[in-house]
Amino acid sequence: MELKTKKRIYAKEDVCIGCHLCEIYCILAHSGTKDLIKAFNRVNRPSPRVLVEEKEGYSITFALQCRHCDDPLCTKACITSAMHRDEKTGYIICDEEKCVGCWSCILVCPYGAIIRDENKKVASKCDLCIESGSPICVENCPNEALELRELEEDSK
Amino acid sequence: MKSLYESDFLVIRDETKCIRCKVCVRQCANEVHQYDEEEDRVVADSSKCVGCHRCVALCPTKAITIIKNPLEFRANYQWTERAIKDIYKQAETGGILLTGMGNDKNYPIYWDRLLINASQVTNPSIDPLREPMELKTFIGRKPERLEFDSYGNLITEIPPQLELEVPIMFSAMSFGSISINACESLARASMEVGTFWNTGEGGLHKKLYPYKDRAIVQCASGRFGVDIDYLNAGAAIEIKIGQGAKPGIGGHLPGEKVGEEVSKTRMIPIGTDAISPAPHHDIYSIEDLRQLIYALKEAVSYKKPVGVKIAAVHNVSAIASGIARAGADFIAIDGFRGGTGAAPMRIRDNVGIPIELALASVDTRLREEGLRNQVSIVAAGSIRNSADVIKAIALGADAVYIATSALVALGCHLCQNCHTGRCNWGIATQDPYLVKRLNPDIGARRASNLLRAWEHEIKEMLGGMGINALESLRGNRLMLRGVGLNEKELEILGVKHAGEGI
Repeated sequence: MELKTKKRIYAKEDVCIGCHLCEIYCILAHSGTKDLIKAFNRVNRPSPRVLVEEKEGYSITFALQCRHCDDPLCTKACITSAMHRDEKTGYIICDEEKCVGCWSCILVCPYGAIIRDENKKVASKCDLCIESGSPICVENCPNEALELRELEEDSK
Repeated sequence: MKSLYESDFLVIRDETKCIRCKVCVRQCANEVHQYDEEEDRVVADSSKCVGCHRCVALCPTKAITIIKNPLEFRANYQWTERAIKDIYKQAETGGILLTGMGNDKNYPIYWDRLLINASQVTNPSIDPLREPMELKTFIGRKPERLEFDSYGNLITEIPPQLELEVPIMFSAMSFGSISINACESLARASMEVGTFWNTGEGGLHKKLYPYKDRAIVQCASGRFGVDIDYLNAGAAIEIKIGQGAKPGIGGHLPGEKVGEEVSKTRMIPIGTDAISPAPHHDIYSIEDLRQLIYALKEAVSYKKPVGVKIAAVHNVSAIASGIARAGADFIAIDGFRGGTGAAPMRIRDNVGIPIELALASVDTRLREEGLRNQVSIVAAGSIRNSADVIKAIALGADAVYIATSALVALGCHLCQNCHTGRCNWGIATQDPYLVKRLNPDIGARRASNLLRAWEHEIKEMLGGMGINALESLRGNRLMLRGVGLNEKELEILGVKHAGEGI
């Protein structure tokens, strides 16, 4: 059976308060420092890989990041196979060494969850904080509006 | 007109810590923080700050602090800063001063002048971790005597009771005055801990019907949301005569807060002001009250306790005696520190009496008249911690109501601006964007944690007194001693001064 992600982050729209702290901590997680102030003061600070979607007047707000699709279009569209599924975790990861910045993945992503890293000129997306093992946005959401769910066997 | 009212608070931002993430800008419903794109910095308009600390709590780098505006008026005992500022406000608006939460003036707090006893040598204290400790409380009329048949089965019919695992209930706060998420948080905490919450005069929202078995439904002067389904839904009915924060006056939910959901729940048209008259227009005497009590009992087939809530006023003991005689199963007495979603400031700060004195005097009066077993007493308005609960029980309360403490548990910072409807904590607001800020999952957890924490503390203090059941403390004023109280205060409270033995 083909490998699929075992975990996915779900947003609870009814309690998302639109504070954007998930974006801020996402920047920290991918900045190479543990200090928020340092991370923000860096010239080449990374862009957030989670984006808070907002409707006019804040009537709807929720955070969206890569869904790590079971049948991803981005990996198929990638011309250098930089966008690939991690064999251990099943997460969709972009290998920045291979990425040439053609943005094919951005064109095909149905969620708009892939963004351009303006500094490195590569595709940038949520890696579910694969290094630490625990997504920083989930940990730091002040209203518990983001949840990391282990997926059921049958949906793997 | 140029305002002479200077800011109450100053917003101080540490520029070395501010990362311009704009969380404060998004979170302040009072629009204190603004991002200046030209300068690339966040600036604050302190004049709009109410001191609710929402920005402080959410700032990821802790760059913000709020301080009291240090601007000094010329020192004057008569003309304090508050007194002067209130006049500026009224001179600029021509209106009644409105405020939220409870009386914050410097009146005596009798809880802090009462001390609790403990066992030493002659009677053993009890360790609640090793021995059973009973806090179970029943609210309702108790029979004069119990009769049993020859097999030992109880034959006396016991009037309907509310069964509480802890002697603490959530006081009346309507959906309208607080958000649906705040109501749901308290309702769920009541279910989890085994106590009751109170709908206030807001009706019972459809979303809250799953928690109806733990709801006390209120019937107040505006009769909002009252129909037979509502009365039958609750575990008990409370007739609201008065409220500690504003004795003698009614309520007013402005039309702009009456949106679709509030409208449906209160059973009034969208956008209309929900005005609760000062009196019940069908109650002008104890006899009239008796009629309403029995009409409600009849409506629910005598299966639920019917209580009456009053504000603590000068003649409270005689009024309570009348209420007991009118057939109420419980009396809730709300002291002058009791909170509110909106009240005229002069009334909040000057009308009513302290709950400690009212409670003691009602308990004494009902005992003297042989009525005490007929009615339970619920003390409300100023309970801040478990020690206050213990003292209230020792002064004669069967249970207490908490509301301000419960809201503080949900995140309230007592900024006293509930009446503006712009609660940054998602509690006293109907703005859907603000309501979302209170996640009922978190709220329910915090509120039930508070009750559990108090439960542990009450057990510890009871054990220290050598008492293993709360029932043995009820009205046991020998467990209290006063400090710094005069003869008259001690007489009314029915307690001895510290240093006096038994």
